[in-house]
Amino acid sequence: MSARKFVLQRLTAALLAPLVLLHLGGIVWAVQGGLAAEDILARTRGSLALAAFYAVFACAAAVHAAIGVETVFREWTRLTARAAAWIAALFGVALALLGLRAVLAVTWG
Amino acid sequence: MTDRVIGEQERGDRLEVRVWRGNAHGAFQTFRVPRRDKQTVLDIVTHIQRHLDPTLAYRFACRVGMCGTCAMTVNGRPRWTCRTQARAVVHNGTPLVLEPLRSLPVIRDLVVDMAPFFDKWADARGRFVPRETQQAAGARAARNAEPEGAAQEPARAFARVAPESAERRAADAAIECINCAVCFGACDVVAWRADYLGPAALNRAWAAWNDVRDGARGAVLEAVAREGGCQTCHTHRSCAETCPVGLDPTWSIAGLKRALTRAVLKGDIA
Ligand code: SF4
Ligand code: SF4
Ligand code: FES
Repeated sequence: MSARKFVLQRLTAALLAPLVLLHLGGIVWAVQGGLAAEDILARTRGSLALAAFYAVFACAAAVHAAIGVETVFREWTRLTARAAAWIAALFGVALALLGLRAVLAVTWG
Repeated sequence: MTDRVIGEQERGDRLEVRVWRGNAHGAFQTFRVPRRDKQTVLDIVTHIQRHLDPTLAYRFACRVGMCGTCAMTVNGRPRWTCRTQARAVVHNGTPLVLEPLRSLPVIRDLVVDMAPFFDKWADARGRFVPRETQQAAGARAARNAEPEGAAQEPARAFARVAPESAERRAADAAIECINCAVCFGACDVVAWRADYLGPAALNRAWAAWNDVRDGARGAVLEAVAREGGCQTCHTHRSCAETCPVGLDPTWSIAGLKRALTRAVLKGDIA
């Protein structure tokens, strides 16, 4: 892992820590208003604040996880540095796309 | 390798010792060694070599925990054998298992090639680079020549380093390394990644980074920021756990990571 990726992983970790707490707190708060899909969508539809929160969350998680996955590949497989970096980058892009797709779906779907 | 247990004929309380023989492709050989009071693991190896099998290869020099040459893997854990009491590692008649240090090429039996360990030490740039003295700076100015390497403020005749300063205390805490490579053998990341500098070299780099007399501290950070540098450490703490002289390389590496993070954020390191 390059020094820059290391710092990026630390920064995304620092960002994710409060986001995860807010996310968990949000769940605890939200279940009191009903857990059916209808109830959830009623809260999320059209909420730009929630969309922005989870878009940032998904992107930070994707970057953080991709760097971690690259490290795992470097340590536990015989992949070359280049191959590990590419696979990890693709994994990160996939994670971000899946996350953003979910955000779109619950906001405007 | 022979199946015969060597030393079987000796009388008295004996300890079963399984010793690695050969290089990377070797096998264990079993010896029986008399138990003695206050016997160290190195005493046991010496007994084998002197009385049971003179072909056994192992290393030691000082026998008092100063030279760092006697490290081996003892019952799966790296240790300095001259200061490890047999009774501390052998429990209820279980055999004593001796192997060479992990993560270094085995030359023969219990002797490893320490070159990769010291090469990494050099790669982490843990050596002291004196600053130019005022005298030399004066002479250079007279010649109108550029200084070699990065331009530095000339050193005063005697560098005064306050004992209570944070840098001095950080350097002091890391300085007493005996180069035994116990931490190197204990570190899983060293075992997984050939390019990882490892705890001892990074611990040394941290001491150099905190040496305010050093004339090339920036080069230290550059050296430990490369691929396989301090950011590769997983903070497992196996190194700190096993270091026989009680150093804490994990703490030193954490310091390097903080310095590295600051340097990257400031744009000093890409
Ligand atoms: S703390 Fe770092 S250097 Fe020490 S054993 Fe763990 S990974 Fe290795
Ligand atoms: S840090 Fe400790 S274990 Fe590692 S080489 Fe130095 S003295 Fe040995
Ligand atoms: S023989 Fe010198 S440290 Fe053990």
